[in-house]
Amino acid sequence: MRKVLLATFLGSAAALAVGSASANDELIKMSQNPKDWVMPTGDYANTRYSKLNQINAQNVGKLQVAWTFSTGVLRGHEGGPLIIGNMMYVHTPFPNKVYAIDLSQENKIVWRYEPKQDPNVIPVMCCDTVNRGLAYGDGKIFLHQADTTLVALDVKTGQVAWTVKNGDPSKGETGTSAPMVIKDKVLIGISGGEFGVQAHMSAYDIKTGKLAWRGYSEGPDDQLLVDAEKTTALGKPIGKDSSLKTWQGDQWKIGGGATWGWISYDPELNLVYYGSGNPSTWNPKQRPGDNKWSMTIWARNPDTGVAKWVYQMTPHDEWDYDGVNEMILSDQAINGQPRKLLTHFDRNGLAYTLDRVNGELLVAEKYDPKVNWTSGVDMDKNSPTYGRPKVLDAASTDKAGEDHNVKGICPAALGTKDEQPAAYSPDTQLFYVPTNHVCMDYEPFKVSYTAGQPYVGATLSMYPPQGESHMGNFIAWDGKTGKIVWSNKEQFSVWSGALATAGNVVFYGTLEGYLKAVDAKTGKELYKFKTPSGIIGNVTTYENGGKQYVAVLSGVGGWAGIGLAAGLTDPTAGLGAVGGYAALSNYTALGGTLTVFSLPN
Amino acid sequence: MRKICSVIAATILVASGGIAVADGPGDPTAVKKEDDGKWLDKEGIPTYKISADGAVDWFTYSGYRRYHSDCHVCHGPDGMGSTYAPALKDSVKTMSYGDFLGVVASGRKNISTAQENVMPAFGDNPNVACYMDDLYVYLRARSTEAWGRQRPSKKDEKTEAYTKAEDACMGNK
Repeated sequence: MRKVLLATFLGSAAALAVGSASANDELIKMSQNPKDWVMPTGDYANTRYSKLNQINAQNVGKLQVAWTFSTGVLRGHEGGPLIIGNMMYVHTPFPNKVYAIDLSQENKIVWRYEPKQDPNVIPVMCCDTVNRGLAYGDGKIFLHQADTTLVALDVKTGQVAWTVKNGDPSKGETGTSAPMVIKDKVLIGISGGEFGVQAHMSAYDIKTGKLAWRGYSEGPDDQLLVDAEKTTALGKPIGKDSSLKTWQGDQWKIGGGATWGWISYDPELNLVYYGSGNPSTWNPKQRPGDNKWSMTIWARNPDTGVAKWVYQMTPHDEWDYDGVNEMILSDQAINGQPRKLLTHFDRNGLAYTLDRVNGELLVAEKYDPKVNWTSGVDMDKNSPTYGRPKVLDAASTDKAGEDHNVKGICPAALGTKDEQPAAYSPDTQLFYVPTNHVCMDYEPFKVSYTAGQPYVGATLSMYPPQGESHMGNFIAWDGKTGKIVWSNKEQFSVWSGALATAGNVVFYGTLEGYLKAVDAKTGKELYKFKTPSGIIGNVTTYENGGKQYVAVLSGVGGWAGIGLAAGLTDPTAGLGAVGGYAALSNYTALGGTLTVFSLPN
Repeated sequence: MRKICSVIAATILVASGGIAVADGPGDPTAVKKEDDGKWLDKEGIPTYKISADGAVDWFTYSGYRRYHSDCHVCHGPDGMGSTYAPALKDSVKTMSYGDFLGVVASGRKNISTAQENVMPAFGDNPNVACYMDDLYVYLRARSTEAWGRQRPSKKDEKTEAYTKAEDACMGNK
């Protein structure tokens, strides 16, 4: 406790001394202390790598449960706790409770917070009432509620310092993403791609909650916060009205491009990175054009919000391949040249490595060999289609048209990976990626837009790739070459965020509820333990009282839980009959629990 | 407290096979076909018609499609339910046609000590409201297992009367 007070005191003192940059300096320093886990992503680079090595490949097999904590909530538990000194902060799905737990006092609850929210927000959250975690900065804990309220809570008492509303749930705008504190601002995205929202990234003043800037995913240039001459795509200026020109009429106003994924930041380049999601509706015929800048990697200046560069991965989406997955920042050499890299595992099944300084595309390769909607990205800089994926006719739901069912598209709308974040180890220079191994049939049809109502426009059914029965893989990926180094089969999609450590161990959770530890170099399974429910949370590590701990939230749900209750009634009924997650209910049931592991004394 | 008592009473009735079960639709046999291709049972309630060769009536097919767009994200594939919403293939067994329409149009809240489940009102959403009979017929076919967990491959064609009504409801020109 003393440590927290001290850190807070120093933080406030620094704030008085140097002004607005303090929260940032404080956070950079704190995130370099491997004993803490001070950001939802571990660090600004989103590596989810810890320097702790007390638990290592030799002894991880002896891991034991040290303590557990029930969150009291049943829905899907994504994200993971924050750890700052002796304190741990645990969040839950709707109703979005926050618990402050003192690790030095036998895990006593020091304060708790539960917002009052209109339950009518529940049904406008497309796929369960998940929440991906809290952020810390300037002596406050930030909670992004389901109803889009951003709340600043005093880190010591849980008292509300300020609140601000980021969106309107009656229009289908909801909050599921974790906030990120960058310099003197708190950044949050917005959900609602299935409700035709015009999505945005917003930055609020850390002291007052006042809106500092808001950059939309689609619309006129002044709403996008772009500069026609200076903002680039693949090295060229994007020009005037880059988004408006790619939508029919004013469809951009209900164009989606939700921003519910993770946020990363490079303090040296002063750039913030995140992805925008699918264009609305899922029926591509109804929204001709490239639908910019949905499905895009954004690099923005965190002070002004103005974009430095953009890269659209899936122009004119035909499959719901949201581009929101995390951007992992690493420094590696490509062809002998040291580069500042950004690696992104997209829903569309391609893993992209870009130069994060200027957005140059370096590598774009399939990270599941089953991906079949594209033959790959055009890497020829002189080609008119440079940077675009080549869409294969057989998988084009736009070509097939409305009321036509296109079969056997891989990946499914879940993507080869969804929000479950990958980890990167600088020791092995490998990315550790939880993946889905699921294909789909997709049939678009005409829908009409009503504010606050689902605006989907496609029917789909999901199943494992033909001839296979496992629905997930946990892979190690070389981002420099775009190759899978090793791959472990999993019965169900791996919907848990990975953790890499200096102990040469990588951790992840499974939908059946196992926490698994594998060898970082070979993928060999070293340990597993079945937690009370399926894991869709992210694995975290910290040190307290000289001991390393590994923590993970279990509590099945989210997209992955949609088919949970559905047992296979007739496994022989053919491909379309097998729901993607059909047999999961035979392995696990609902319930939010934090399970914390350590080595025996 | 009164509410809790009535819930318990209803549960007992269900358990003993009493009146609550009778609230569901009766014999699903299709006896009459309307101009738009919709089949009715002897009570005049919409029902499915599945031929020996596996061809389904247009409403069952259309219901399958609409279900897997707007309903499945909560209620799971094939009406099987999810971690947070009930299996509609079972719900329609103990629910009258009128109650079904009412719940879809107006929504409902189920609050228990464990969780708060909320279904939105779809009455203003033409993508659902214009297809309530389609959804009902599909789920009724699922409830009796007359139709399984697959996409209908053979179907009756969409009728002119249906197209006309659909366009009017959806506001298409």
